[in-house]
Amino acid sequence: MLSERTPVRFYQVGSFAVGNRLVELERRSAQSDPRRANSLSSGHRACAGCGEALGARYALDAAMRATRGQLICVNSTGCLEVFSTPYPETSWRVAWLHSLFANAASVATGVAAGLRATGRDVVRVVAQGGDGGTADIGFGALSGMFERNDDVLFICYDNQGYMNTGVQRSSTTPGAARTATTQAVGPQPGNAFGQGKDVARLAMAHEIPYVATATVADLFDLESKVERAMSLHGARYLHVLVPCPLGWGTLSKDTIALARLAHETGIFPVFEAEYGEVTSSVPLRHRTAVEEYLRPQKRFAHLFDKSGAVTSPDVVARIQALADRNIRRYSLVPDEDQ
Amino acid sequence: MTTPFAITLGVGSSLANKTGSWRVERPVYVDRHPPCNNACPAGEATQGWLYQAEEGNYEAAWRLIMASNPLPAIMGRACFHPCESACNRVQIDEAVGINAVERFLGDRAIDEGWTVPVSAPPSGKRVLVVGSGPAGLAAAYHLVLLGHEVVVYEAAPQCGGMLRYGIPQYRLPRAVVDAEIDRIAAMGVRFEVERRVENVADAMQRGAFDAAFVGIGAQRGKHPDIPSGDAAKVLDAVSMLHGVEEGALPALGRRVVIYGGGDTAMDAARTAQRLGAAETILVYRRTRDQMPAHDEEVCDAALEGVQMRWLSTVSRADGGRLLIETMVLNDQGLAEGTGHFEELEADSLVLALGQDTDLTLFDGDVAVDTTRGVVHVDDHQMTGHAGLFCGGDAAAGPSAERTVTAAVGDGARAAAAIDAWLAGVTLAPTVIPPLASADRLNPWYYADASRTLRPRLEAARRRSNFDEVVGGLTAEDALFEARRCMSCGNCFECDNCYGVCPDNAVIKLGPGQRYEFNLDYCKGCGICATECPCGAIDMVPEHH
Repeated sequence: MLSERTPVRFYQVGSFAVGNRLVELERRSAQSDPRRANSLSSGHRACAGCGEALGARYALDAAMRATRGQLICVNSTGCLEVFSTPYPETSWRVAWLHSLFANAASVATGVAAGLRATGRDVVRVVAQGGDGGTADIGFGALSGMFERNDDVLFICYDNQGYMNTGVQRSSTTPGAARTATTQAVGPQPGNAFGQGKDVARLAMAHEIPYVATATVADLFDLESKVERAMSLHGARYLHVLVPCPLGWGTLSKDTIALARLAHETGIFPVFEAEYGEVTSSVPLRHRTAVEEYLRPQKRFAHLFDKSGAVTSPDVVARIQALADRNIRRYSLVPDEDQ
Repeated sequence: MTTPFAITLGVGSSLANKTGSWRVERPVYVDRHPPCNNACPAGEATQGWLYQAEEGNYEAAWRLIMASNPLPAIMGRACFHPCESACNRVQIDEAVGINAVERFLGDRAIDEGWTVPVSAPPSGKRVLVVGSGPAGLAAAYHLVLLGHEVVVYEAAPQCGGMLRYGIPQYRLPRAVVDAEIDRIAAMGVRFEVERRVENVADAMQRGAFDAAFVGIGAQRGKHPDIPSGDAAKVLDAVSMLHGVEEGALPALGRRVVIYGGGDTAMDAARTAQRLGAAETILVYRRTRDQMPAHDEEVCDAALEGVQMRWLSTVSRADGGRLLIETMVLNDQGLAEGTGHFEELEADSLVLALGQDTDLTLFDGDVAVDTTRGVVHVDDHQMTGHAGLFCGGDAAAGPSAERTVTAAVGDGARAAAAIDAWLAGVTLAPTVIPPLASADRLNPWYYADASRTLRPRLEAARRRSNFDEVVGGLTAEDALFEARRCMSCGNCFECDNCYGVCPDNAVIKLGPGQRYEFNLDYCKGCGICATECPCGAIDMVPEHH
């Protein structure tokens, strides 16, 4: 995948920056286009530095470009829905529909069926939600959509908790993370290890046509995955890591930097899979120790002292082991003999 | 209220919600001073011309160099590129090969016959330039561009000063020197060769010049008092190199000792090798680290077979042999004699121990301070004598860098000052923004790319000729190298701020116009500043 995107010639910032005046117009990102869809418009009430607002615009603008604007978007309940549509305002510049927390996948299934029944299946359907609406509350509907192979791309913006209701744990909250419901107290502070769900792998277990992960730190990768997904039919799933300054206790300016660290440490593997098989992964450019990712986050503050030194080496080692397993599992360091 | 089917509420846009009111810090676009520009003694807008070269706009790039430095093809060979030493890319992989790109542009200009039009109306003022080395050439070029009538007096039979009589041909082919001087001549500068100026005040008066620039360099090799026997063959490096250029090949013998550790010593040693010396030995009183010669020159000399003896001084020269004293570094790091002597066989001794300026042209009734053998000038290169300016090696103090590039910078600065002085105005001081330091960059965005190396003549092929050692880059390689520039501290329109804003609060103004912040919606999160690859955005506190 990366080799396809890496240009033969060298373009100063390669394909890492959003745009590049040296690159041909048709190879530039959707985000660099002054006429981009801006699917999620200004004036939304997401916190400053919100990764989810950014991820949603990245993904939907790419989907709008891929479908030439022929798109309907179904949203589950969550931050994304709450901050974008307080009555009487909406930030959406796409055809957008919200029903309940649990049923975004089912509603999207219905929209796709309706379009097909009325002969308008040139219009494509995206469903989206946070990790709560995907991994927890909406998981039954999502699994059903996968199992029926309905023609829907479901995008999960994973900020690893219920953030707008006060930062409660979800089933994608990582081990050791402090949330309102997993306090940093007791012998094993923070969220328990060994629980929770890896939704991308659960989606792969349904053997649907396309599953991919991405972060807001690598725009070209995210856009190419949305484009690939929109070129296919059937059930497709995209899982985007979107750091949350509020819930993670990070500086609003560091949202993209943290997403990048999540990838470069191996904590969040970026890959794609078709029909249950991993077909490619984005290798780490500069392999980094997990503590560099954990240290800036207040939800992991109990693992460090005030000077930033590790005080719970066993916990950090456990997180490092999970990252190393990802690196092996998805070949994130291609030359490494594991 | 009528609404379409299934839409139960009237819809308003969130654009009504001006989230800019949340902001406690605001982003501001800034332009910082790139380290390459900052390091250039000739005042080149290095990053600016690399930016043009990145797009393949070679002529525009060349014209930007010409705005400060009229000798790009010479610079691309003879400059010791302090820009590359300062380049922030060192922190990522290796410095950008700025010098190689400059040479490519300079050569392209010669091939294409590009020149600079003189558009200024004639000022009616006449300016004398004494000496046609890099300082004089730069001064003459800028003065003629400003509309003045310029006459250059050159004592030697050909123009170029140290470019022709100092820097050996294997570093700087004479065709390149000729081409760049011819271009300046074609712009209207009159060169008069074999015209030595005995007294500058007289020359100004007799030629009815309104101002003069003296760039006569430092042409006299220093001769320290080394006791020598009658049969000893001792000569100085400057005269030796000058002689080679005029076809008067010095008889150096088989075994040549060069005494000194500067660039001129390296030039002399490498020239001796090419003239057929079987052994060339360089003797220097301090250590390798303390040699003032540029590292590249020392390495090339060693590669070509020049032997080096550090911590050694020549105490006496006799026919066929030298007495060498071994030195040692004392506590202060200074070399001092040990009293231990040994003999070294040598057919000739070449002294490369520094150069002096012939200051006799300032004799008489001119108020020019020449204490310690250096012409003292003010910030605008003017001497104590009104209307008489000086630059280059002649005006560089003993501690200053005496290079071609510094001389060009002096000439250019002097030309601007002369122009202002002739018009009776004072030059406004240039405001330089703070430095674009490496810690402001976000290096993740720059694609990995190691430096393109210029081809070099194999050492074995350098012995008996003066063929150019360092080759040029191909157009493709030059483009690649230019694109390694990170544009430190100055927006290069990568769209990153436009893309990474979660609030769409960056307005893209179109090619060449950069961006603007939409402060109605900017929440001041700072992602744009953090993710700006080149550090061209600052966050500043809001004062509500």
